[in-house]
Amino acid sequence: MIESVLVANRGEIARRVIRACRGLGVRSVAVYSEADRRWPYVAEADEAVAIGPASPRESYLNVERILEAARRTSAEAVHPGYGFLSENWRFARACEEAGLVFVGPPWPVMATMGDKIEARRRMVAAGVPVVPGSEGAVESLEAARTAAARVGYPIMLKATAGGGGIGMVRVAEDGGLAAAFATAQRRAEAAFGSGAVFVERYLDRPRHVEVQVFGDAHGGLVHMHERECSIQRRHQKLVEESPAPGMAPDLKRRLTEAAVSGARAVGYRNAGTMEFIVSGGEFYFLEMNTRLQVEHPVTEEVTGRDLVAAQLRVASGEPLPWRQEEIVQQGHALECRIYAEDPARNFMPSPGTITRLVLPEGPGLRLDCGVAEGVEVSVHYDPLLAKLIAWGATRSEAIDRMASALDGLVVEGVRTVVPFHRRVLASTLFRAGQIHTQMAEQGAFDA
Amino acid sequence: MPEEVRAHITGVVFQITTRTGDPVAAGDPVIVLESMKMEIPVEAPRAGVVREIAVAEGQTVQEGDTVAWLE
Repeated sequence: MIESVLVANRGEIARRVIRACRGLGVRSVAVYSEADRRWPYVAEADEAVAIGPASPRESYLNVERILEAARRTSAEAVHPGYGFLSENWRFARACEEAGLVFVGPPWPVMATMGDKIEARRRMVAAGVPVVPGSEGAVESLEAARTAAARVGYPIMLKATAGGGGIGMVRVAEDGGLAAAFATAQRRAEAAFGSGAVFVERYLDRPRHVEVQVFGDAHGGLVHMHERECSIQRRHQKLVEESPAPGMAPDLKRRLTEAAVSGARAVGYRNAGTMEFIVSGGEFYFLEMNTRLQVEHPVTEEVTGRDLVAAQLRVASGEPLPWRQEEIVQQGHALECRIYAEDPARNFMPSPGTITRLVLPEGPGLRLDCGVAEGVEVSVHYDPLLAKLIAWGATRSEAIDRMASALDGLVVEGVRTVVPFHRRVLASTLFRAGQIHTQMAEQGAFDA
Repeated sequence: MPEEVRAHITGVVFQITTRTGDPVAAGDPVIVLESMKMEIPVEAPRAGVVREIAVAEGQTVQEGDTVAWLE
């Protein structure tokens, strides 16, 4: 077993990994920027190293400083969390070259799945359905026009190097293509340093359903069932749950089988997520996240398995701690992400200092919280403060428990998305499980 | 009368999208702020000409700070 892990992240996920380390008797090393000195995860780690100024480029995205911190503390492994360097294959390779164990998949797998066009090719070859679209980047407006005509409008233009919905542009008809193509290229160039974009069919009222997969170095690869993540704003998830409500057993079986085939085809190891769009009775591969997901707790709550502990074991060379048939969904789990954003102002960021924090308690409740009273929520980082997770024997019980938990949560000093969550939970459509990714934007949960 | 363009949120100046002398319409982005991983344009409150950009890329601005002047 690995004896020490440097956590190359911050906030609630750093805390989550540190907790898993403690449970396994593994020494944890936190890294922090000047802005995060007083955040709880720094004090909770066995050791903590300052790595630079608040700007992510100077700290959490700075490979050299993180590797230096690992050297100084003689850490054996690096857990990247999510965001920051977690899906950067060059970082994973640099860890390997520095003699560190990277807690994640092998870097060539990250490189393959991080390139959306290559990932799509590999999935097609593995028999995993993909959304109809151009076979690769469209180099010119004319190529985009040809591809769009073949795929059929409406279409989406997406950055090949993209993620998190950044740089995506929807095009309703041929007349709007020229302007949209220029916008998509410019956004892709600005965000990712590459203006390459591709064409994909736009699906109406799709659901976002993903499958947790987990592989080891001994040929073991399992799925840990699905998560429904359709409640989003700006293509970012806000509410996640498992199981996916109302999903037909046959569709679910095909979905999980496809996820396992796809992950196996690229030699996947450690925790990963195959993301799909479900529309009607069909599903299409969207992308693979080659890391731990923000929403992994809902899977942990319904399966009773600790994914982060398993990540550390598998990274140490141990086989997966479970067989496929042992992993069953029990009851229903729901997660609400508590972001420092103002839902009354179109989810504008709301940085500030947390002046008061009261955390709810109750049966079936789990709180993965990164903040404490007195900490500053900086403009430099993602606005995720905490994740509330409610488990119930039924979906309805989980929703009721979540509603009570939201009532018991007090955050002062910054605005949060809690009012939005209350409206989601009270919505008849949500309660009926009739959800899709465009609902929030279409105003289904407006005040 | 010159008019201030003020930041409506706290953030870091990500990009300056206009230059002194540029004509802008009401609602055009004058600069773009980055806050909590989001890019948020600061828009011209009315039509006019950019007289002065009061910030530099990478600078942190507070909600209410003047980022530019229009005339």
